[in-house]
Amino acid sequence: MKSTAIRQTLTLVKKDILLELRQKYAFYGILLYIISTVFVINLMIDKPEEKIWNALFWVVQLFVAVNAIAKSFLQESRGRLLYFYSLVHPRNFIVAKLIYNIVLMAIMSLITLVCCIMFLGNPVINFWYFLGVIMLGGISLSLLFTMLAAIAAQANQNAALMAIMGFPIMLPLLMMLSSIAKSSFITVYQPGLPKMFLMLASMDVLIIALSMVLFPFLWKD
Amino acid sequence: MAKHWWKALTVLILIYVIIKGFTIDIPIIGTNGQSSRGLFFHVPMWICMYTMFTISVVNSLLYLNKYDLRKDALASAAASVGVFFGILGFATGTLWATYTWGGSFTRDPKQMLTAVALMIYMAYLVLRMSIPDIDKRARISAVFNIFAFALLIPLTYIIPRMVDSLHPGSATTPGFASSDTDNNMKRVLYPAFIGWTLLSVWIYTLLVRYKKLELKNIFK
Repeated sequence: MKSTAIRQTLTLVKKDILLELRQKYAFYGILLYIISTVFVINLMIDKPEEKIWNALFWVVQLFVAVNAIAKSFLQESRGRLLYFYSLVHPRNFIVAKLIYNIVLMAIMSLITLVCCIMFLGNPVINFWYFLGVIMLGGISLSLLFTMLAAIAAQANQNAALMAIMGFPIMLPLLMMLSSIAKSSFITVYQPGLPKMFLMLASMDVLIIALSMVLFPFLWKD
Repeated sequence: MAKHWWKALTVLILIYVIIKGFTIDIPIIGTNGQSSRGLFFHVPMWICMYTMFTISVVNSLLYLNKYDLRKDALASAAASVGVFFGILGFATGTLWATYTWGGSFTRDPKQMLTAVALMIYMAYLVLRMSIPDIDKRARISAVFNIFAFALLIPLTYIIPRMVDSLHPGSATTPGFASSDTDNNMKRVLYPAFIGWTLLSVWIYTLLVRYKKLELKNIFK
């Protein structure tokens, strides 16, 4: 039983990745989106100082997450969802989506980072720390928006709804991330830094647990 | 009439709270001056909000258990009353902050996180409006309501205790209880908790009756 669950999940992840590789429009669409956003910022304020760099980076990350993850449920047609419903347990389905979105968001985060460094200069001193933070941020954002996309997909595939539901929730998340990231620009002592990491991690665990418990209820249709 | 005694009690307690709240001798704490009287109106609002949101999430859980639409009506009524009291609590706090913190919207973590929590619940109400199908609306909004409540607790209860805030009762700012040596404030504050909570329950029952009338054809 345990192994079938894992196998089903892995198959679903593989299917999502395969779909992405076959119809690359989504990936390149987001890529273009990232590059154009960062390029526009570059045209407007050339090389921003580190505080603004940090803020802009996370804002770009946010919109990338919304765009990349919204479509993970919106692309599934009703018929296809019904087909999955007859095949797999909803929990395996949501876990597969979570894993796939984490992978997608990790890649997108790296691309955003490279673009920002290319166009906006590189104020990052502590590079590996910053890389860790953006990976953590990517994971948190993708978990949150996967759950919200699942809800929005049920509510008439409404993308505007996802924005309404998502923005208040991700606000504290982004605030935490940007203040954690501060340490990679300037060498400062930040009290309560481990506490904030702990808080982020527990928020992630909370979202995973909630989506595992609640998704089966959303699925019934 | 027998079951309406608590409404009379609510009115009596609130009259007591309002009259006493403005006239009783209160300790002058730092720069607060007379603005400490806001305590009798600000803190109870949050108690009402938490009560309503708890009622709401319990009903949502019950709904997901049995799929009884009545429970969904209860959950939505409680959430809207909760948001109403949340806004009142935010407004009274902001008013107080204007005169003691020197600004209505300072970058205080408690204030910001509360605003965020309220926005999540407003998103819940918007979510409800966006789905026309009754059963689907009930199910999806129940799921989101549980999600919202699970975030409400860390946002308004755990994180504010971990970070420093200007708000009385946090790390560097002592609460009012330590200065209230002759328990004058407590004598008004505790009735205020009960009175305002009863008022919120009253409003809630009225709203529930209205919602049930609205859905009369479904409930039979």
